[in-house]
Amino acid sequence: MTFSKPDRRQMLTGMAALPALSVATVSLAPLPASATPQELREAVAAFTKGRPTEEGRVTLDIPPISENGNSVSLSVSVESPMTEDDHVRQIAIFAEANPLPDIVRFTLGPRAGRAEVATRIRLNDSQTLLAVAEMNDGTLWTGTAETVVTLAACGIIL
Amino acid sequence: MDQARISVPSTATAGEVIELRALVRHPMETGFRGDSRGRLVPRDIVSRFECLYNDEVVFRADLFPAVAANPFLRFFTRATETGTLEFRWTHQDGETLSEFAEITVT
Repeated sequence: MTFSKPDRRQMLTGMAALPALSVATVSLAPLPASATPQELREAVAAFTKGRPTEEGRVTLDIPPISENGNSVSLSVSVESPMTEDDHVRQIAIFAEANPLPDIVRFTLGPRAGRAEVATRIRLNDSQTLLAVAEMNDGTLWTGTAETVVTLAACGIIL
Repeated sequence: MDQARISVPSTATAGEVIELRALVRHPMETGFRGDSRGRLVPRDIVSRFECLYNDEVVFRADLFPAVAANPFLRFFTRATETGTLEFRWTHQDGETLSEFAEITVT
């Protein structure tokens, strides 16, 4: 009795089947991990309503390296006297590499006294975050911050 | 959404800007995560937070799934008069939870 060695043809057919299998596994992943640049633009436009934005007055603070993307400290502040005549109306934070570009939106007013808010957020990947502040005169100001994420949030546990 | 912790100074001088902190216990399930069998876990989040000073809204946050579990917020308000601060969380299904704190303004 002899073992029949698989011939060249059989080997090639077998190998060709492997990538097909792994493709099938990947396609089970339920949702894209990151919003497209188009989705980000649309989310920002929904907030700005197409008005022009200018860089400045907004400081976005996040750690340069985030070891755990499930909880990243974020602080945003806007230069404003926060008076009845001159105050911040809203601040929106956007992510470029999360499944949803919207992160959080704050509504303030002259009663806030200081235009500064802190919270904790989830980040799916290393990325640049964008903060847009709307003043009571309708002008829009932006600030950005970058972070490197070691352990991503939104992970699919299988 | 059953337990909340808030931090409010008990006294302040009129016009003083005071720091307020709020935290509510909630998993903030994103709706993007699969369970151990690979099925999507449905979205389940606290979608709104409001701070009312004597029934006037002085701060509001609209939360998306990217806000971390047990949502935490630190913000400011100007102490105007003695009264009650209400911290109100609203779940995506409309259920609310409120915590109250008294402040004496001199």
